[in-house]
Amino acid sequence: MSNNAVYIALQNNEDARPIIEAIERDNEQARVEHFPAMVKIDAPGRLVVRRSTVEGLIGREWDPQELHINLVSLSGNVEEDDDEFVLRRGA
Amino acid sequence: MAVNALYDYHGVPKDVEDNFHGNQLVYIGWDRHLMFCAPVCLPLPPDMPFGALVQEVLPGVYGSHPEWERIDWSGVEWTLEQQPFRPDMQQGLREQGIGHKSVIRFYAPGLDGIGGVAT
Amino acid sequence: MTSNKRMSLRERYQKFTRDLAWEPSYQARSDIYPQTDYEGIHIHDWDKWEDPFRLTVDAYWKYQAEKERKLYSIIDAFAQNNGQLNVTDARYVNALKLFLTGVSPLEYAAHRGFAMAGRQFSGVGPQVACQMQSIDELRHAQTQIHTISQYNKYFNGFHDWRHMHDRVWYLSVPKSFFDDAMTAGPFEFLTAISFSFEYVLTNLLFMPFMSGAAYNGDMATVTFGFSAQSDESRHMTLGLEVVKFLLEQDERNVPIVQKWIDKWFWRGYRLLGLVAMMMDYMLPKRVMSWKEAWEMYFEQNGGALFDDLARYGIRMPKYWEVTVKEKERLSHEVWSIFYNYDHAAAFHSWLPDESEMEWLSAKYPDSFDRYYRPRYDYWQSLVDHGERWYNNTLPMLCQTCQIPMAFTEPDDPTTICYRSSEYRGVKYHFCSDGCKDIFDDEPEKFVQAWLPVHQIYQGNCGGASVPEVLEWYHLRDGQDNKDYLYSPDRANWLRWKGQAGAGADAHRAAVGE
Repeated sequence: MSNNAVYIALQNNEDARPIIEAIERDNEQARVEHFPAMVKIDAPGRLVVRRSTVEGLIGREWDPQELHINLVSLSGNVEEDDDEFVLRRGA
Repeated sequence: MAVNALYDYHGVPKDVEDNFHGNQLVYIGWDRHLMFCAPVCLPLPPDMPFGALVQEVLPGVYGSHPEWERIDWSGVEWTLEQQPFRPDMQQGLREQGIGHKSVIRFYAPGLDGIGGVAT
Repeated sequence: MTSNKRMSLRERYQKFTRDLAWEPSYQARSDIYPQTDYEGIHIHDWDKWEDPFRLTVDAYWKYQAEKERKLYSIIDAFAQNNGQLNVTDARYVNALKLFLTGVSPLEYAAHRGFAMAGRQFSGVGPQVACQMQSIDELRHAQTQIHTISQYNKYFNGFHDWRHMHDRVWYLSVPKSFFDDAMTAGPFEFLTAISFSFEYVLTNLLFMPFMSGAAYNGDMATVTFGFSAQSDESRHMTLGLEVVKFLLEQDERNVPIVQKWIDKWFWRGYRLLGLVAMMMDYMLPKRVMSWKEAWEMYFEQNGGALFDDLARYGIRMPKYWEVTVKEKERLSHEVWSIFYNYDHAAAFHSWLPDESEMEWLSAKYPDSFDRYYRPRYDYWQSLVDHGERWYNNTLPMLCQTCQIPMAFTEPDDPTTICYRSSEYRGVKYHFCSDGCKDIFDDEPEKFVQAWLPVHQIYQGNCGGASVPEVLEWYHLRDGQDNKDYLYSPDRANWLRWKGQAGAGADAHRAAVGE
């Protein structure tokens, strides 16, 4: 079986805190790991960052592309639209 | 074509012998003495006798090594372009096949660097 | 009343990029894009290019501006608080000298290279991606220069990095690497830089410098690192996308791409020798060893990547096994080069102390104590008697990578590796089979190499003597060069830290006064 893990790594700052929380809420199998000044989130096969969840946490409109400001690294095939930023690998 | 190009391209080599003001480049390495991190590059007159290279040039290059004084020159093994070579001390470099950008290596049997670990 | 529905991300992206393209009607495509065919690459359908990030220009400006605001406010705070005094010790700053003179000019070269490559692609997708990356790279050059400028106020060696990059002997190594890429065609450029450098090998450049900065109290560089990192994820996805696109477009592309992967893996690996040395010798607080980094980021991660690419007919890069054999030696061999020739380098070198040698011994159980500790012990004995040894004869350089020929036979760490070729009646020499193969494939390119040692002997570098060459380099003898132990950097550091007395005593003891 081939490795289908995806991950996203974000700076561990105030801006990214609600994004990290939203990812944990929307991805049951996500695993969050803390490193110096950085948070890495792994998931098998698929990871979604959902606009509506983040907006619910921060109380303002949020564009998934704001991810770019705090993004450190990612792995997986990117699919994005106005509502979601998705990483996918495998079937 | 000896390069990917839009036309039949030829580069101008930068290191042809004519560029070195009457000298030729010779590279020399003392095997198993890696305190000197790499072989050296020397500009030398093509008709310099090999003996002058050994007696007048090499001490300035390698004399700082603690094993230098112990070299028994009669037993030194030489290679030229990676092939065994017996230099003629009286003959000039070019005369005996040491041309521009030749590589000379020498090894003094029994002298394997500081601590015997090629340093 | 009808409401104006906002366009979706997909639609916006389409309008701002692909819909702005057009079919030329009065000029031939081959005249507008003259470099598309000569590399032998076949593209049938540019629309198959997947834009991984649908960043339109308006979003790009907005987010990049936000990153800049955050970065510059932190750099200001760093300067206001004399952050340079918080590094572990001033030896660390020499890693930044190497970075500014060796790496930052490559960011600028990448800016130019992506602009050039983007201009030559006839597909809109890669045009847009290259344009954005070109601006990213310019931003990286600017932010690095700005970040490191604070150190220039207090430490030597930073003052003329642009001038030095084009002249100083060890800087021809990174310079020639990028010159080689920029003088290649657009497809090779993207395979070389986007894929090989920014995807396969990126962790081995970025992580050591940025983690090294974090571990050694250099907040400014850490901040720059994070600011650039988000751009890097776009670059990495471009790299992977371009390789998959080329391989999927036409079977005939596969051997060409393989050849480029082989070449640029090896060239990148040789360039990373400087990073290996930095990780193992130049960080007072070390992050991990080169050997550990290579195992993690290449052998494991890289292995998984090439497993993935196997379905396209791509194999592991040629000579990858040599890099595994060399991992126990690389950093020690390269540090030795700079110890030998530090009288001509614009950063300081030094001998590892006993605790550092213990770390090296633990990280390199099969090689350090046996092959490398003896030379440090010997050199230390010279320093203890007031002599600091330098190599007074210029080295032999590899024609391809331009590094002094300090690398050893893959199966024998005690013997220099010598390889050669003859081309049009002239001999050329190489440090390895990897470098020789690169020359043999394109000799007309590499016979033109501007090799610093040869140029000095031709009289093109200010004169025949070392002082004249140093002046031509804009390198100040006794300030920028030679051992850290006797440097103004060290004297200043001890004074700023209120340790001037202790330092002076140690120095006197070291030189046997």
